[in-house]
Amino acid sequence: MPQMTMIQAINDALAIELENDENVLVFGEDVGHNGGVFRATEGLQKRFGEDRVFDTPLAESGIGGLAIGLGLQDFRPVAEVQFFGFVFEVIDSIAAQASRMRYRSGGRYHSPITFRAPFGGGVKTPELHAESLEGLMMQTPGLKVVIPSNPYDAKGLLISAIRDNDPVIFLEHMKLYRSFRGEVPEGEYTVPIGKANIVREGQDVTIITYGAMVHTSLKAAEEIEKKKGVKAEVIDLRTISPIDIDTILASIQKTNRAIVVQEAQKTSGVAAEVIAQINEKALLHLEAPVLRVAPPDTVYPFAMIEDHWLPSPSKVVEAIQRVLDF
Amino acid sequence: MVSQIIDRTTSDQFNMLSVLNQEGKVINPDLMPKLKQEQLRDLMKKMVFTRIWDQRAISLNRQGRLGLWAPVSGQEACMIGSEAALLKEDFILGSYRDIPQIVWHGLPLYQSFLYSRGHQHGGQIPKDVHVLMPQIIIGAQIIQAAGVALGFKLRKKRNVAIAYIGDGGTSQGDFYEGINFAGAYHAPAIFFVQNNQYAISVPIKKQTAADTLAQKASAAGIKGIQVDGMDVLAVYKAVSNAAEQARNGEGPTLIEAITYRYGPHTMAGDDPSRYRNSKEEEEWKAKDPLIRFRKFLTEKGLWSEAEEYQVVEEAKLTIAEGIKKADETAQMTIPNLIDSMFETTPEHLEEQKREFLHTEDQ
Repeated sequence: MPQMTMIQAINDALAIELENDENVLVFGEDVGHNGGVFRATEGLQKRFGEDRVFDTPLAESGIGGLAIGLGLQDFRPVAEVQFFGFVFEVIDSIAAQASRMRYRSGGRYHSPITFRAPFGGGVKTPELHAESLEGLMMQTPGLKVVIPSNPYDAKGLLISAIRDNDPVIFLEHMKLYRSFRGEVPEGEYTVPIGKANIVREGQDVTIITYGAMVHTSLKAAEEIEKKKGVKAEVIDLRTISPIDIDTILASIQKTNRAIVVQEAQKTSGVAAEVIAQINEKALLHLEAPVLRVAPPDTVYPFAMIEDHWLPSPSKVVEAIQRVLDF
Repeated sequence: MVSQIIDRTTSDQFNMLSVLNQEGKVINPDLMPKLKQEQLRDLMKKMVFTRIWDQRAISLNRQGRLGLWAPVSGQEACMIGSEAALLKEDFILGSYRDIPQIVWHGLPLYQSFLYSRGHQHGGQIPKDVHVLMPQIIIGAQIIQAAGVALGFKLRKKRNVAIAYIGDGGTSQGDFYEGINFAGAYHAPAIFFVQNNQYAISVPIKKQTAADTLAQKASAAGIKGIQVDGMDVLAVYKAVSNAAEQARNGEGPTLIEAITYRYGPHTMAGDDPSRYRNSKEEEEWKAKDPLIRFRKFLTEKGLWSEAEEYQVVEEAKLTIAEGIKKADETAQMTIPNLIDSMFETTPEHLEEQKREFLHTEDQ
C-alpha cells in the first residue's frame, strides 16, 4: 500500500473527486497554477483545467459568496480558506449563509460546499494562521466540522465531505501535513463523517481528542503505560460536529475515567461539549471528574512561546494521573 | 495643488440615463426600448398592482396580519422595469425590499406573505422559479451573485444573475468583493443599486464621498451606468442592455438607479420624519414613476382610468386571495425546523427532537 503524507492524501482525494464528479470545483487563493501555498492542489489545474481548479481574487468573503452561488448552480464547490485564522473574513458566508441555505429555503436549496483550511499550532506561523477556531464552527447550526489526524482519515474524510450535500468545514492541521507518512489505499474510499476512531485501546482511562493532539495523547499514553502500567484508551473524534458520543460512552463504561485534550483554548469548546454530554449520559459510570487539558483562555500566542502554550505529553500524563488518583 | 493633478470626480462619465421626463414626454427617443404595446401596458399594470400591494401590506402589517414589510412605493420603476427586462431563467438575488421583483419573477404571492410572517414555506421557491430567498444581511447577495453568474458561464448558459442592493449596501466590503469577483471572472452579472437616498436614516452624502455610486464600477473594471430610477423605460433600457452584454460574454454591469422610498425603511417603527422633511418628500413624489408613465401611455391611447380601476380591483382581489391562502397554510413546526438543518438529520438532533416533543406533551 502506498505511503503518503497528509498533504499528498488530501491532493489525492481532491483529484479523485474532480475525476469522479464534473460538478466538483476547487478554488481559492493561489490554488490554481501555484498549487496552493502548501501544494494541496499541486498539479490539479494542469490535469483538470482552469474551469475546474482556479484562483480567486484575494478576498475570503468573496470566496464564500462564490461558493454559495456556485452551489446554487448545482456545482459542488471545494473552497480553500488559505489559513483558518482568516475565517473571520468569511464568517458571514459560512455561518449566516451556507449553513442556513437548506433551512431558509425549506429544503429547496442547499450548500454542498467543503471549506478546506489549514490551521494548527507548533509551526511558528505569523498571527492568525495557527488558531484553533473550530469551537466557533461547532456552535453554528447547519455545519459539520471535520479534523483528521492522519493521511488515511484525511483522504477518506475529504471524499465524504465533498460528497456531502451540506456544508462541511474541513480543517487540516499544518503540523500534520508532512511530519509523517501513513498507509493510504489507492483509489476511492470514504471515512464516514460523525464517527470517531479508537486509535489505542485501553481499560484504565479514556483520552478523548482530535487533530494533532491525537499524537500528543498517544505519546502520553505510551509514557504512562511504560512508567505506571496504566493502559489508556485514545479516541480520535475525527469529526467534532456532530460528536460521536456513542463511541465515547462505550469507552467510559469500560474505563470509568476520562480526560479531553484539545489544542483550542479551554473555555466553551469541544472539551466542554464532550464533558456536558458525558455528564448527561454517563455520570454514574464515572469514578472521577472529567478533566480538560487545554491551553489558557488567551489569544493564540506569538511563535516564541507557542510550544509552552500548547498541551504537551507531560501535561496529558499529569491529567491522567489526577483522574486516576481522584 | 494636488486637486489639479488628480481629478477626484469621475462622475461626468456617469450622466443619468433617462427616457421620459416628469411630464411623461420622451426626451431621449434614441434610448426608447423596443417594446410592444402590450409590454408597455404590462409595465403599467405591474406598477399599479405593486403600489396597491404596498398600501395593503402596510395596512395588513398594522393589523398584525403581516410581519416584515419594507415599503416599496416610489421604487416601482426600479423593481418592475428591471425584472421585466430579464428572462425567466435569469436568476434574481434580492434583499428584503425586493419582494416585488421576486414575485413578478414567479414566486407565488401567498408565499411572499408567508415569508413576511416568518414561515419556512415562504422560502420554498418553486423549482421553475429562479430566485433566491430575500437576503437580510446587507451585501451578502452581491458575492453570491458573482457565484451564480460564474455558474452560468461555466455551464455555458446565456443567462444572467442580477443582485439588488440599496445605496447603503455599496459601502459593504461584500459589494466591492462581489463586483470585483464578477469582473475578474467576466461573469454575466448585473448589480442593480436602488439608490433611494437613505440607508434607514443615513443620507447618501454621509455614506460615501463618491459623487455617484455608478462610478464604483470603474475600480472593479466593469461597466457602470446611472439611470433615472423613477423612469420605468430608462430602467428597462439599462437592464436589457446590461443583460444583453452579459449574455454576449461582455461581463458585468453596475447600474445605479436614482430613486426614493416614500414610506419608512420598514414597518418596524422607523419614522422618516426624524431624518427627512416633507418638502423633500413632495419633490420626489413629483417625479413619481406611475404618474409620468401613466401620462405617457394615456397620450398614446394605451391607458385609461377604467383600465387602471380594473387593475386596482384585481390587485385587491389577488392580495386578499393570497392572504387567505397564507392563512390556510399549515403552521410550521419545530420538527420541520430541526429536519431542515441537514439533508439527513443526525442522531443528536433526532434526540433533541424527541426531547422537544416529549416536553411539549407534558
